[in-house]
Order: sequence, then C-alpha cells, then structure tokens
Amino acid sequence: MHALEKILAAHAGVDKVCAGEIVNCDIDVAGINDLYPQAMYSFREINGKKVAHPERVVIFLDHYAPASTIRQAENQKQFREFAREQGIEGLMEVGQGVCHQILADKGYSAPGRLMVATDSHTPTHGAFGAFSTGVGATDISCILKTGKLWFRVPEIIRINLEGELPPGVFAKDAILHVIGKLGADYAIYRGVEFAGSLIKKLSIAERMTLCNMTTEMGAKAAYIQPDSITEAFLQAKNISGYTIYETDPDFIAGAEHTFDVSELSPQIAAPSSVDHVSDLHEYAGIPVDQAFLGTCTGGRIDDIALAARILKGRKISPSTRMIVVPASKNTLQKAIEKGYMQDLIEAGCTFVTPGCAACLGTHQGLIAEGESCITSSSRNFPGRMGHKKGEIYLASPAAVAASALTGVITDPAPYLE
Amino acid sequence: MERFIEGKMHVFGDNIDTDQIYPGQYLDVTDHEEMARYCLKGASAEFEEAFIKGDMVVAGKNFGCGSSRENAAIALKVRGVGCVVAKSFGRIFYRNAINLGLLLIVCPKIDEIAQMGASLRIDMDQHTAMNLETGNSAEIEPVSDYAMKILNAGGIKSLLRDEEMDPTV
Repeated sequence: MHALEKILAAHAGVDKVCAGEIVNCDIDVAGINDLYPQAMYSFREINGKKVAHPERVVIFLDHYAPASTIRQAENQKQFREFAREQGIEGLMEVGQGVCHQILADKGYSAPGRLMVATDSHTPTHGAFGAFSTGVGATDISCILKTGKLWFRVPEIIRINLEGELPPGVFAKDAILHVIGKLGADYAIYRGVEFAGSLIKKLSIAERMTLCNMTTEMGAKAAYIQPDSITEAFLQAKNISGYTIYETDPDFIAGAEHTFDVSELSPQIAAPSSVDHVSDLHEYAGIPVDQAFLGTCTGGRIDDIALAARILKGRKISPSTRMIVVPASKNTLQKAIEKGYMQDLIEAGCTFVTPGCAACLGTHQGLIAEGESCITSSSRNFPGRMGHKKGEIYLASPAAVAASALTGVITDPAPYLE
Repeated sequence: MERFIEGKMHVFGDNIDTDQIYPGQYLDVTDHEEMARYCLKGASAEFEEAFIKGDMVVAGKNFGCGSSRENAAIALKVRGVGCVVAKSFGRIFYRNAINLGLLLIVCPKIDEIAQMGASLRIDMDQHTAMNLETGNSAEIEPVSDYAMKILNAGGIKSLLRDEEMDPTV
C-alpha cells in the first residue's frame, strides 16, 4: 500500500485498502470556513444535535473577514453561536488568517492525520504527510454528526522533481510547469505524491505550495513523505502524537512522471485556466494594474520576505497597486518583527487583514473590467477576482513583487541578486 | 430512477469552474431560491434567458472544478437542471451534486453529440446519451451503486437522518 492508503486503512479500522474501494473513516481534523453556513443547516436537517467530536472541529472566519456585507456579518455571527452552543473551542476569529495557514501554524497538520475541510485547497496538508482533502457543506455536516466520512480510495500518481531550482525560480514555478504539462484535469480523483531530489531540499512552506496547487490538477489529496525537515518543523512547535506512514517498497503508482527543474525559468499561468502555462518571459512587458501577494498558495513569511527583498528601498510603479495579505496573524506578526511590513509599505504596498481577501473575489482587492492582476494565488478563471473581463496571471511571489516594481510582468531573477 | 431522462441542451466548454457556475460575489447568500438566480452567471449570459426547468447542462472536461462551494451544486439543482452531462467532473462538485440528489452523467464523447438547443435523451439502462435531433449517440459511464443509492433517496440527507447509518453498507 501507499502511505496515503495506510492512513485511510488505519482510520477505517481495516488492515488493507485498495484503489477504488469505498471506506468509512474517522476524521482527525474537520475544518469549516465562513462560506459554509450550509454546514450548520445540513447538520440540523440530518437531525444533528450534538457534534460528535467538537474538539476535532475548527471553524475559520477567513473568506470574507472582516465582514464586508451585512449578510457576511450575519453568517459569521451564526458560526459564533454554533461554536458556543456546541463547545467548539477551535473558532478562528476574524484576523487569524487563512484556514490552511492556521492549521499549519497551530499544529493541526501532522503526519498520518486524516484532515477534511470545506475548502478545495485542503490537499495543502499533504506537505506534512497527512491525508488531507476538501469537501462541501453537506459532507462536513456528516462528519459533525458522526465523526466519520466515506471516501473512495484514490489511485496514486507520483511526480518526481529532480535537480536544483535556478535563482529566481521557486516551488510555484515548478508546480505551474507540472500543471501546464499534465493538464487541469490530470489528477481528478487521484492522490499526488511528490518525490525526488528537489523535494528533500524544500522548506515546509514550499512543500505546502506544491501540495496546495495539486488542487488545480483536480487532485483529491497530495503527499510528501515526512523527513527531518518535517520533524524539525513539528518539534519547533512541540507537536507530537502523530504517526509517520511509509509506502511499501513494492507499491506501484498508477503513473509516474519526472521533471528536471534545473533548466526551468519563471513560469506564468495566463488567463483563463491554471494549465495555460508558459515561460514568464513570453508575457514579459504586459502592464499590470494590480499585484496581489497572499493566500494559502503564496502568502507565507518566506513569500513576504522575498517581496521585501525585491522592493526594499524602491517604489512600486505608480500605475500598479500592490496588495499584501499575510496568510495568518502569525505571518503578519513576523512580517512586522522583521521589518518587511515597513519595507513594503514604504515601497507603496498596502496590507489587508490576514484571510483569503481578493483571491476569490469576495473583498479586499477586486479588479475592474479590462484590468490585469498578477497574483501569487491559485486560480485565474474568468471573474475569479472581480470582473469577468479582468485578466489574471498566476506567478511566484517573487514575480508578483518584481512586476509591481516595474508595472509590467517581470522576471524576478535580476532583482534577487 | 427513471430509465430515460430527457432535456434540452445548454452547451458549455472545458474547465467550467465553480466560480463560473456560482460567482464569488454571491457567496454570502444562504437562501437556496436566491442562489438559483445566480446559476451559471459567470459562464453564460444566454442561460438566464433561455433556461427552462428540466433542461440539461452539457459540458466538456472538468465541469465543476475549482472551489468546493456547495452553492454551485445547490444553484443548479434548485434552478431545475435535469442533469449535467460532461466529459468529466471536479470531484468535490461531484460529491456535492450527488449529495443533493442532482444527477451527473460522465460521457467521455459528449462533445461529438452536444448541440445547443437540441434535446438529449439519457438511457440509464443501456448507458447511452442520444441527440434526438441528429440521432447520434455516445456511451455514458454507469453511475456507481453507491451514488445511485444516494440519488434514489433524493440526496444523502434523508439517509443520514437515521441514527445508525453507515453509508458504505
């Protein structure tokens, strides 16, 4: 079995599972965000009275926090009331940040755990060796009532990343390249494991970016085998009580692909699909109205640090607005401590409350008809960040900062020397 | 479930993600009837005018990819979409739709018979989809037993109301 299969088997209380089988599993972490008041309604509709394991539930006010409409405020109020009524202590209030960053920051993400959240980017936590997957409101209400959910065991695809990333090229570029080659529907229903010589060198933050973006290939879950880097991260947070599973040596993946990143240049996903990927230089010089740095894909402290490095002592283009959303309160505090916030504000950036912000077009940085945005987030579908006729380009955090500086799509490498 | 399901086709392309099915600006809406008004607003202007309850949505690959928002499935269901036929579906959308009792049909060669405004007939026994105007048909993948159980119950909520329900049995 693959490690991901072992996690499912362990949580289903069986010795063995195979791809295609349906299993019913105990869930370790159940996350709900503020887009899903339906979760509470569905819970009532299925005669839910007491949440089965309130200590395993985390509620996040992140997708439109602070509330920008009365309805948003009403929805968040209902979540607070529900948390109080059910004794759910894990209520992550306005300003705590994006669900996935909070889960990582606060030690919910750990090897061998089975994590489910009402968010498509939940595969992010495969970076910790968890089986982590996204669902909708009604599925999470099933977990609220029973503590369990059914899954079809996925086939596993292995993606080997070999070589060293050249200067100015990052995990986001690597994963955009992979998605561009394999396609936005390549990994539907599958688990995607990243292995190879590059992976061992990547930080947890970069591993999270890789796993996060597997969602944009349709993946059900992602996986990176925990190693000394994973354990050092967990130890620093005093996290224990987890199990590291290992894939059996005779396990055969459904498919395997190898990419050498040594010759890779910065990548860009042009409008309007995530697999519409090219070398960034093919789009160099296109004006950008907005640069957006943030989200569970690219708003971590390392990403903000890169932006600060590029922009410190400089001013962004007068024709470009740059919005920075630290992925969590923790990230914001570090950005303040290290002076990055000051550097970026002096350069002309504006900061907004940790959360999802404009990634999904709910608030804090939408674009108008005919405007273009370069972003470190994960999606560029029509209308994603505002008007249907706005153009969204996906790139690395470094490219976002470099483009804000020049006012046009720009390779970041010269600015990182 | 009826053997034959028929409806007029509204045809869409590949990668119609849930933002296009249900745009982000309406995500704070909780009333289902209101959600239905925004159905496919991000993907098509004509849909709003031309759609009649019972019509079908026909699409290319990866329909419903992207965000897990259940609003997308709710909007389609409450709007009255008879079924969605696509080359492939995003997996979270698939679960959300089946959970609500919305029939989704995987038809790998739907592009060969899709035609705006023509009627499509699904044969759930013979596993085919036929364009009633041209007479051309394509194979559909049978719906899994597991999904059929949920669909026949009108959605998963009625199954989950029972106290001791294990949905895998």
